Amino acid sequence: MSGTSTPGWVPRKRRGTELFLTSMAVAIVIFAYVSVGLGTHGTVPAGAVKLAIAVIVVAAATTFVIRRLAPYADPVLLPLVICLNGLGLAMIYRIDQDCPDSVYCLGGNYEPLANAQLMWTGIGLIAFVTVLFVVTDHRMLQRFTYMAGLAAIVLLILPLLPVIGQDIRGAKIWINIGPFSFQPGEAAKICLAVFFAGYLVRHKDALALAGRRVLNIDLPRGRDLGPILAGWLISVGILVFQRDLGSSLLFFGLFVVMLYIATERPGWLVVGGALFVAGAYFGYLAFGHVRTRFDAWLDPFANADDNSQLISSLFGLAHGGMLGRGWGQGSPELTPFSFSDFIIGSMGEELGLTGLMAILLLYGLIVERGLRIALTCRDAFGKLLAAGLAVSFALQVFVVVGGVTRLIPLTGLTTPFLAQGGSSIVMNWAVMALLLRISDQTRRPAPDVSAIQSDDETQVVKLPSGGMA
Amino acid sequence: MNKPIRNLAVACLVLFLALLANVNYVQFVQADDLNAKNGNKRVINEQFSRNRGPILVAGEPIAVSKESKDQYKYQRTYPDKGLYAHLTGYFSYLYGRGALENSENQILSGSDNRLFVNRVIDLLSNKQPAGGSVELTIDPLAQKTAAEGLAALGKNTKGAVAALNPQTGEILAMVSQPTYDPNSLASHDFSKVEKAWAQLTDEDGDQPMLNRATQQILPPGSTFKLVTAAAALEKGVVDGPSDKVKGGTSLSFPGIDYKLVNENGSSCGGDPITFTRALSVSCNVSFGDLAGKIGQKDLAEQAAKFGFGADPLAELPLNASRFTAGEADLEAPQLAQSGIGQYEVAATPLQMAMVAGAIANRGELMKPYLIKTVRSPRLSILDEGEPKTFSQAMSRQNADILRDMMVDVVKSGTATSARINGVEVGGKTGTAQSTEDRPPYAWFVAFAPAKNPKIAVAVVIESSDTARDEIAGGRLAGPIARSVMEAVLGQ
Repeated sequence: MSGTSTPGWVPRKRRGTELFLTSMAVAIVIFAYVSVGLGTHGTVPAGAVKLAIAVIVVAAATTFVIRRLAPYADPVLLPLVICLNGLGLAMIYRIDQDCPDSVYCLGGNYEPLANAQLMWTGIGLIAFVTVLFVVTDHRMLQRFTYMAGLAAIVLLILPLLPVIGQDIRGAKIWINIGPFSFQPGEAAKICLAVFFAGYLVRHKDALALAGRRVLNIDLPRGRDLGPILAGWLISVGILVFQRDLGSSLLFFGLFVVMLYIATERPGWLVVGGALFVAGAYFGYLAFGHVRTRFDAWLDPFANADDNSQLISSLFGLAHGGMLGRGWGQGSPELTPFSFSDFIIGSMGEELGLTGLMAILLLYGLIVERGLRIALTCRDAFGKLLAAGLAVSFALQVFVVVGGVTRLIPLTGLTTPFLAQGGSSIVMNWAVMALLLRISDQTRRPAPDVSAIQSDDETQVVKLPSGGMA
Repeated sequence: MNKPIRNLAVACLVLFLALLANVNYVQFVQADDLNAKNGNKRVINEQFSRNRGPILVAGEPIAVSKESKDQYKYQRTYPDKGLYAHLTGYFSYLYGRGALENSENQILSGSDNRLFVNRVIDLLSNKQPAGGSVELTIDPLAQKTAAEGLAALGKNTKGAVAALNPQTGEILAMVSQPTYDPNSLASHDFSKVEKAWAQLTDEDGDQPMLNRATQQILPPGSTFKLVTAAAALEKGVVDGPSDKVKGGTSLSFPGIDYKLVNENGSSCGGDPITFTRALSVSCNVSFGDLAGKIGQKDLAEQAAKFGFGADPLAELPLNASRFTAGEADLEAPQLAQSGIGQYEVAATPLQMAMVAGAIANRGELMKPYLIKTVRSPRLSILDEGEPKTFSQAMSRQNADILRDMMVDVVKSGTATSARINGVEVGGKTGTAQSTEDRPPYAWFVAFAPAKNPKIAVAVVIESSDTARDEIAGGRLAGPIARSVMEAVLGQ
């Protein structure tokens, strides 16, 4: 697409489009919040006006920040994310109404979570703005390739350490710092994407061209493959020890996909697929909890007592039917973790098939925008990073939604922007900031004579030098 | 690097299409199945908060939802307690539904497709959706009379009564004893419900939740001789009531050391005797001999024409009556025993009432039904029970012959206890041996009036406080059958 930058063509900033879409998203969110109040108590929630004003102000401020820091960024991503994040908040607020009285919510020890989630959303927005502000050009991340790799490993090891590491429901993926608990895996995902992108950009030619051809598949030389394979092995190894299937699958998918993009060799997908099948089979044989999940997927009703969570989610989806029960009028509190892992089931119950398909389309559009950014991006590092982030987002949505709706076996991954949980919200906002930064860089007018006359001289110089790195 | 990205975009599209297709499958295609699954709390909660439609008998509710003050808006109540328990079944938060509460759940809960328009109107007018009502064919007086008759035999009595209108198939009474109070399961006090359930389902107990009129198959004994007699007439083994059949004291089989004898080893009063007399004195020898002459295949066929092996009443849980337990060919003595309602023959009281009814209705067996009308919450009729022919069990002429023979049994035979002044009654007793260590089953089937039958009834007493040698179909079960017939005929 870089060929389209013919002289005289100036990309539109499309900030007006973004503002319009954002106001629609904000309207949906406010409507959802009011509906929850009407559905549960029959009245508009007390703080509705205040909250509405706050949401409008925050959304407006965010679009303003983008206007200033990334004027050429993709105009659709932000409204999509605001809509999803807001719907998630509304659903958590809705579950807050009924969960404290239900034995299915955290064994009856449920405390309202909406305020904490609101706070985390605020932190997420701060992270979003910070990334846009600090990362003025995504290519500067390339300098931190190995540091990112190291950071990913450290982040993944943290939950295994004593004192700060925490074991929740058999998975050691949490750390406790003071009053907060955090899932470092979410941050590790971004670090790994940066590491893979940086490393592959530098070594893609060697990976693609040098090496031997075995069984129609070009295998690279060991020294080219060594570091990246080691990085992958360590992360997957840690995840096996942490017993977090979802992340393991996600990281592996990210790795294979980025390798495929960098080398343009479909053989990697074949190898990756074979490795995945082998790994899954090994997991099935070796780990009881993998086997349980798999059997629950095949026939949850064969062992209804053990699979009550999945069954309850399916019952909720069925009860929602085509149009859903309506905000506040279903019974999501009957499903354990209806506010986090199973929030898609709660959405399907109250918003119905229609609402759930709309949510899936919102997710699909985010992926589409991410891949579009990767396609139009002019530098290899940005392409790899954007594609890696977009595909991993798609994989994550597929794994978690597919698990809850029994398309695939259930694995523990967070539902981006919807599920209760701070680290997921914050890190996904950071991912969106990165994507917006790359798209801004991509759609920004190419340096030409007219650009030199502008007062923004430093940037013109910076573009080509960054590309050489 | 754009080609792989484009390929991956297609792959992502496939993933999302799979998710979309799957949620459509779960929420649209599979939804009804999932909603109907046992233990689906969402559906139960919703149904407990709904105004469930009543089940009515002669305009009076026998199951009705009343507004309650607790977390569920309505309390299901059964005003007559145990009287209709086996018909209504129960509506329990913990244990689901039974009998009509289960089979008519769609209508009662208001989720039936025929109520779709109602639901839309309720939705638009912001009203709680309500359920439709189900009116039964039961005659309340006959029901009460039957229950009182069984209760009068003592509290340890196990037995059942089934009565129907032979000309339409409407079920007029269906009682099973011991019974239970469905209110104890519908209660919102769940710990009490748990206790009640444990007691009712105790394996060593009396199984009060078993509907002995449709679920308990027992050897019908001599009442089955009606089927054998029908087969004998239909197959031309005997031509008329005055035809001679084998009588005497015992029936022996060549080469087998077994003799089929009459009850108490008595004689049937000569050999040969008339067909009428054979039925009148309930002669085992005659019918054992006839069964052999008819043959297993034809006898089984005749039984099937009367409804053996079928499930004619879908609304209630039912065990099909049977002529043989397996497919195997019967030996001659076994076939003879089968001909008098022993060996593996087993029938429900409903089945035996159908046999008597078909004979009275000139051979035409009507399909029994329990539901007279199904109405929407706005009282418009959605469905009405209609008389349907189950089969032409025997020819009109042969049915008339058998009918007159049964009238004779009541006039001067073993079934005199069912006589009603001024009404021509046909009947047949049965006293079925089971094992040595338990008392025999006392049966009685009857119909009245013979020429224009309004009721056919079957009574079985499985066990009671009565001394063993006192037990005979005519003595124990006959008076109950008579009082139920009187109730229906208004005598």
